[in-house]
Amino acid sequence: MVSELINANPVVYEKKERRVRSTPSCVDEYAAEPIDQLEIFDHLRDIKDPEHPYSLEELKVITEDAIEVDDSNSYVRVTFTPTVEHCSMATIIGLCLRVKLMRSLPSRYKVDIRIAPGSHATEAAVNKQLNDKERVAAALENPNLVDMVDECLAPSNGFAG
Amino acid sequence: MAELSELTRHIESYVDASRSPSEQVASLRAITSLLNKDLLSIEILVREMGLYLTNTDSVIRCRGILLLAEVLDSLSSKPLETSTIHSLIIFFADRLADWKALRGALVGCLALIRRTDGVGMVTISDAMAVMKSYVQNLHVQSLAQHDRKLCFELLECLLENYPDAFVSAGTEIFYAICEAVDYEKDPQCLLVAFHIVELAMRQFPDLCGPSDGSVGEIFDILGRYFPIHFTHAKGQDVDVTRDELSRALMFAFTSTPLFEPFAIPLLLEKLSSSLPLAKIDSLKCLSHCTLKYGTDRMEKHAMAIWSSLRNIVFSSSQEPLLCFDSESVDGVGFSDDEIAKEALTVLEKLVMQNSVLFLNLIVNDEDINLIFNNINSYKSFSNISLQSKQKIHGVGCILATAARSTISSCNRIFESFFPCLINTLGLSILNPSDNMSPSGKHAVSGTPNFGALYLSVILLEACRDLTVGSAQGASFPAHETFCCMLESFSASLARAFISNVGRGNETSIADVILGVKGLQILATFPGSFLPIPESLLEYILTALLSIIAENFQSTLSWNLALKALVNIGLYIEKYHESKKEISYMVVVEKIGSLLTAAECVMPYSRKLEAISEVGMSGRNYMLKVVPRLEEAIFTNLSDLFENGDTGPVDNTVQLLECYTNKVLPWINNSEGFDEVLHLFVINIWNQIECCKHFSIRTEEEDILEATIKTIKFVISNCSETSQNVIVQKAYAVVSSCHFFSWNESVVNPIEMRGLDISHKLKLSIRDRLVLSLFSSVIMAIHPQTRLPDVRATLWLFMELLLKGHVPSAQALGSMVNKFGSKSNGQSTLNDCLLEEAMDIIFNTSISHADSAFRISTGIEDKGTMTLKDLCLGASNNRQLQINAIVGLAWIGKGLLMRGHEKVKDIVMILLECFSLKDGRHFRQDSGQENCEQDVSSSVMTYAADAFHIMMSDSEVCLSRRYHANIRPLYKQRFFSTMMPILQALIIKSDSLFKRSILCRALAYIMSETPLVAVQGEAKKLTPVLLDALLMFSKDNQDKDTMYSLLLLLSGILTDKSSQEDVIENAHIIINCLTRMVSYPHMMLVRETALQCLVAMSVLPHSRIYPLRKQVLQAVSRALDDPKRSVRLQAVTCRQAWLSLATT
Repeated sequence: MVSELINANPVVYEKKERRVRSTPSCVDEYAAEPIDQLEIFDHLRDIKDPEHPYSLEELKVITEDAIEVDDSNSYVRVTFTPTVEHCSMATIIGLCLRVKLMRSLPSRYKVDIRIAPGSHATEAAVNKQLNDKERVAAALENPNLVDMVDECLAPSNGFAG
Repeated sequence: MAELSELTRHIESYVDASRSPSEQVASLRAITSLLNKDLLSIEILVREMGLYLTNTDSVIRCRGILLLAEVLDSLSSKPLETSTIHSLIIFFADRLADWKALRGALVGCLALIRRTDGVGMVTISDAMAVMKSYVQNLHVQSLAQHDRKLCFELLECLLENYPDAFVSAGTEIFYAICEAVDYEKDPQCLLVAFHIVELAMRQFPDLCGPSDGSVGEIFDILGRYFPIHFTHAKGQDVDVTRDELSRALMFAFTSTPLFEPFAIPLLLEKLSSSLPLAKIDSLKCLSHCTLKYGTDRMEKHAMAIWSSLRNIVFSSSQEPLLCFDSESVDGVGFSDDEIAKEALTVLEKLVMQNSVLFLNLIVNDEDINLIFNNINSYKSFSNISLQSKQKIHGVGCILATAARSTISSCNRIFESFFPCLINTLGLSILNPSDNMSPSGKHAVSGTPNFGALYLSVILLEACRDLTVGSAQGASFPAHETFCCMLESFSASLARAFISNVGRGNETSIADVILGVKGLQILATFPGSFLPIPESLLEYILTALLSIIAENFQSTLSWNLALKALVNIGLYIEKYHESKKEISYMVVVEKIGSLLTAAECVMPYSRKLEAISEVGMSGRNYMLKVVPRLEEAIFTNLSDLFENGDTGPVDNTVQLLECYTNKVLPWINNSEGFDEVLHLFVINIWNQIECCKHFSIRTEEEDILEATIKTIKFVISNCSETSQNVIVQKAYAVVSSCHFFSWNESVVNPIEMRGLDISHKLKLSIRDRLVLSLFSSVIMAIHPQTRLPDVRATLWLFMELLLKGHVPSAQALGSMVNKFGSKSNGQSTLNDCLLEEAMDIIFNTSISHADSAFRISTGIEDKGTMTLKDLCLGASNNRQLQINAIVGLAWIGKGLLMRGHEKVKDIVMILLECFSLKDGRHFRQDSGQENCEQDVSSSVMTYAADAFHIMMSDSEVCLSRRYHANIRPLYKQRFFSTMMPILQALIIKSDSLFKRSILCRALAYIMSETPLVAVQGEAKKLTPVLLDALLMFSKDNQDKDTMYSLLLLLSGILTDKSSQEDVIENAHIIINCLTRMVSYPHMMLVRETALQCLVAMSVLPHSRIYPLRKQVLQAVSRALDDPKRSVRLQAVTCRQAWLSLATT
């Protein structure tokens, strides 16, 4: 694969404190809690970067604000920012995001994965690739790619299920 | 010589490096035990090993020596001969030179040096030989980590056990230590190394000679480690923490005063570092050094230390406002960040040590004086810049620390700064008796200066802390300067504080906090130091009281004032200030009177809070407060009973709740309230007795409920004597009621009569209250309390129970639980023993005139029924049967909890209910009801529910609080008796309905039994458990039982011993769990079901793979669950089952 790291020395940011949701002592058993931004972010924040031992959150590849959710219309859009413009890992990261959401969200959801505008050299191509159902399906037939994705999605030490 | 060959085998096995570690350990153990049992002597062992110990192959030699060393190590408590020890230690000391086989030599030396007196020690000359060899041969830093650690331990051990040997080794050993420690980086080794330096320097300060050279050299090596910087991550496997290391280093620093010229400059340098950790470490070290190095040595550095400390305190990011924690008035000024706090600790120690010098520094400090010179510019809190706030806060902290350290320093600080503050505040000496009016009309003109007021409060607090602390020591010359100063200004200060609080809406939060705090401090000065005139104390208390009475809209000042009052009360109670107590009592009285004062517009909840909080600050106050509360309760209740006019319903309920939840638990923990409580209950009974006709509306039920709860709680806290009186009283009231027809004079002998329940009982609201209260009394009393007429009471409850009055059933259960029994010879004050009571309950003939079949009274009549017959449906009235079963359940609960054998009979009756010919044979009675309703309300269901009543813990009665007789492990016992019976019945059951009812009964028992007991029976129970779960999942009636069953299942799933059983039943378990995943009525059930599924995913692949599809389908539905935590669990679960394919 790559003999050299694409971004050998990325900027690492501090992890945000996990927001603890306030749980009132007396909860309504039947009240619905819709899927929201934070919940999606919680799914994605611990995905590991393909080339570094850091999480996407630590590298600020994804942030909470970059996630749009519309629970009633079953729609999610995740916009991520690769660490460098020519990052060839962008597609892998995008694929990881998609697979993770496929596994975590109910099937009614439509998921859009995009690169933040202006943050990547071949933005349009990557976006097209990531949102093409057949190409994603094909990618997931490739055992090497699946291994790589699973590696990134493997739970980190602290949060092993 | 079988033993010898055996020995050779062991030795060979240990020495052979190719053997597995466990084999080697085994042979080591074998040899040790031979030695321990005296089957082998050391000499023979050494002779046998001879070749190995001197072999030219270094690997074999190394193993050989190590074996000998390890053997010695495990013989540390076995006495050995001196000659043996001598030759061994000489051998090992010699081997220190053999670097290829060093490990064994080190372990051996260490094992021998560690030996204590009594089992044979190494002699001093031998220890010297070891040390000599150590110095000559060991180059510690060139060794591996573990060997280095052993070297350090050996040195440490020599230092501790053979200090004399050390002295004779001379300065040489110091160079050896320096050489060894230098550049050491391993935390474990360092910990020992620091200790070595500490020991060496402490024991032989003169050894290294007065020449500064060697001390400097050692400190140079040590100093490099300061501050300890730890790069190991937390998760890594290092058992040394940073704190331990840094403490060890600190002890090394302070081991000798000789280090002073080197240590203090280093610490001061590190203080200016930007690393917070370095600062904290230096400060901690500095305060330790202060104590160890002594006054003279520290004096040299005083100026430098003071200026760094001052800078730290000033630059700390705290501002006064942040410290105004509204929760506690006590918190003003001292919730600093850690660095400033450490700095102040150092300062305190320095002032204590050398007060003249440091006080001079403080008093003459330019920065501090600058603040005081400009104090006029800090007029109001909101106009001061952040920077100035921090400065003021810093100055406050420093002055407070200095003032708090000793009395002389307190005097000095007061002399230097207090006049300036007083001037700024414009205070003059007042005669406290003049113009003292709580209205504050004569308040200081204008707004008091914030800065001055803040500093005064801080100073006051500091000297209050000082005096309170030393008041216990009692060695205190009266009338110190600061006391005199304070005394003359206390009145005007108090006035300034009050004017600060009570300026209406324009007051800022900071002003209120300062004012209230100031008042609290003034009121809590020990009387022996600052004899505050009573009038002044009253003035202060009245001011606080008026805030409470008038300022209830402003939550903050109200809370603060109340808190301050409570603190004053606590203080008076704690230090027994009798003079102040008198004044305080007046306040308590006034607060108490607020409760009934109609003109006071304060919300009722606030009134209750104020009165209960103040009462809880001391026993004497509570004694004043409780009658007030009770009076209010009586008034409200009598209004309710007589006029039906309650005022706001909430008030009474709130009042009762406050009394039950706040005041009673407090009373419970203190003594002397029995009389009060007793009278309270009696008075309530009197009230009920007097009022014959209630004009109460039904919607006020919750007041009655609260009253019953309160009464029950009060009675449970009473002593037996009072309970006796209460029971008498209650009985008298009950027996005068129209429904009570068993007075002994009227019916005698009562057994002849039987119970006729055919007439309809018309109970008024009053009757119902009286009955419920009476049953509560019976439920709450001690077992030893005497009941007036047990038989009549029993009959009364029997009748009411059959009429469906549940409290009566509960009271009956409590009675059978507490009665003394003949068999175990319990002494009882009641003339009725358990056996007789049981006889009355079960054998009284009950006649019932119902439409279906009419039974005449009298025992000769064949149609007479007993409780048992009723339960089994002898009367054709279904409601009656149900009432009987519910009653039976409560009686059964009472018996079960005390572990009485009669509970078997009750269980038999209930079981018979299950096998009635047709559980639904009353259907014809209720023609219009549809079939389903009928099933759910059928008698059998009630019989199953009876097991729920018997097993579950009730809050109403039969608990520890209500003095129930509880046998340990009664649930486990009941479970193990009932399980086989019910299981057999389930197997035999012919109809689906009956089976489900039996399952339900067993499920109730299982769900209340402790998990450990059930786990043992997992194999037999799993099918029933699953059936019950599926059954309960059909409706939302028994959510909680279902949840506990599911927890039980998860317990079984995660238990190793039941693994096989789980594997066998995997199919049906998963079937059940996948249905639970979508149970709509309880989130916890769904979540737990998913967790159980995760636990199932680790079972053998072949068994669960076929079920994968089913699970995944269920789980992907759960991904869309309305509850977030379920969705998260579903993601984990789905992942676990998805990855089955890949593994």
